[in-house]
Amino acid sequence: MDISYLLFILMLSVFLGFELINKVPATLHTPLMSGANAISGITVVGAIALAGNGNQDLAQWLGAGAVALASVNVVGGYMVTDRMLGFFKKKEG
Amino acid sequence: MSIDLIIQLGYVIAAGLFIFGLKMLGSPDTARRGNGVSAIGMLVAIVSALLDQGIVQYEYILGGMIVGGAIGAIAARTVAMTSMPEMVALFNGVGGAASGLVGVAALSIAEGSFTYITIILSILIGGVTFTGSLVAYGKLSETIGSGAMTFGGQKFVNGLIVIGILASAAMFVMDPTDTNMLYTVVGLSLLFGIMVVIPIGGADMPVVISLLNSYSGLAACAAGFAVDNNVLIVAGSLVGASGIILTQIMCKAMNRSLSNVLFSGFASVSTTVTEVEGEIKPISVEDAYYVLEAATNVAIIPGYGMAVAQAQHAVKELMELLEANGCEVNYGIHPVAGRMPGHMNVLLAEADVPYDQLLEMDDINPRMETVDVAIVIGANDVVNPAAREVESSPIYGMPVINVADARTVFVLKRSMASGFAGIENPLFYKDNARMLFGDAKESIGGLVREFS
Repeated sequence: MDISYLLFILMLSVFLGFELINKVPATLHTPLMSGANAISGITVVGAIALAGNGNQDLAQWLGAGAVALASVNVVGGYMVTDRMLGFFKKKEG
Repeated sequence: MSIDLIIQLGYVIAAGLFIFGLKMLGSPDTARRGNGVSAIGMLVAIVSALLDQGIVQYEYILGGMIVGGAIGAIAARTVAMTSMPEMVALFNGVGGAASGLVGVAALSIAEGSFTYITIILSILIGGVTFTGSLVAYGKLSETIGSGAMTFGGQKFVNGLIVIGILASAAMFVMDPTDTNMLYTVVGLSLLFGIMVVIPIGGADMPVVISLLNSYSGLAACAAGFAVDNNVLIVAGSLVGASGIILTQIMCKAMNRSLSNVLFSGFASVSTTVTEVEGEIKPISVEDAYYVLEAATNVAIIPGYGMAVAQAQHAVKELMELLEANGCEVNYGIHPVAGRMPGHMNVLLAEADVPYDQLLEMDDINPRMETVDVAIVIGANDVVNPAAREVESSPIYGMPVINVADARTVFVLKRSMASGFAGIENPLFYKDNARMLFGDAKESIGGLVREFS
């Protein structure tokens, strides 16, 4: 892919990220953080292609390791965020 | 439609779901669904990636997913809410390590200097995130000393490491067959992660955690460039931006610059002796009960001490008794109370305290004068009036919760030891302050027993 095109995407996403997250209230900072952390597990997508290409032994093993680590992030991150957010309640009545 | 187009469309949809999910995380009412939306985005991205025709072997992928997923699921289910900071630190580290590994593995398909540079970046940021997070984890769980660790020549050593990284990275990019240089970058990055977090003290951990969170996103972003994948770039930079914003909020709450937090361990902390007038006035649980029984407006200010004592459930019990007694109860939450941003909110939410009673510093301060009793539970620095009154104090200028404005202040504390910042607190000597010594959970439990 064209480098300038990738950089363009980068710039737009950074701006979007700032816009989105600036408005999150302090109450939700911990869930935001662990939720964002789960999203950073997106590395799994890059790892999948490398782990499954069937060519080189070392790269494949490294890819599989990356898949495992990123999966910890994805599964653990989303589950613990959900658990936390389940605690947040409004006053009844 | 070609399979490649379907995959790319899948990535676009996933990116959209991440953005939408993050937006929904901005309000307590929609946050849980937002997290779900973002999780669906992740599922779409993973399924799209699996459709890739370059993938001929699924065993490695499935093996990795099952092992990692199981570890993550068990950890997420069993972690105590008081240990959330450690958990997030570990997850950040794992994410960084994953991106670093992707960087190394991407070497097999890499061509062109730009790709090699991005590979180096993902290894560098991933490696720093990994070991930095491990050190942060060690400090938070107190397996290693939580204080700032410094030694002579630290700046010099760090400078050498940076030069070493730059030099070996440059040599590798010029000659990508020289893998020794790559391994040098890997090793130095891991070392550098340790070196940057070790001099940072426990009280600054909210900043470190959010900074590492940002790094884990940036590492994913760099890996995205290395393997030429949009969705990694978009998701990674969203996470990077979120971490940076939280870092900024934390720094502002401490009235310090980021560089001051990162490097203050290097400078010798000036120990100014503040002359404090007045005397310490301890109070018994019984007497405290009589004051609380007559109160109509109570503010509770929790700090890390509440987490250590696991006192959040006892606090909630006391709150119910006070409310049944016709008293209004609110909480004042300082942005850096605890060991990660919003730590207190999670603990109190776990104990079933409604979030609309959790007030931020700027909301509770104007009301402080109408408060009959302010109960400070294991918080020191965030209520220290020296930040307003003593110009020579190291925390002068830091916004604090003005508990001294309340009619009476109860300070729950185990001993007279000073807080993490190591500063004397004039609050304890004020006329309206009373010290309730002992473990916070037992003191509050004692108050609850008096009521019932």
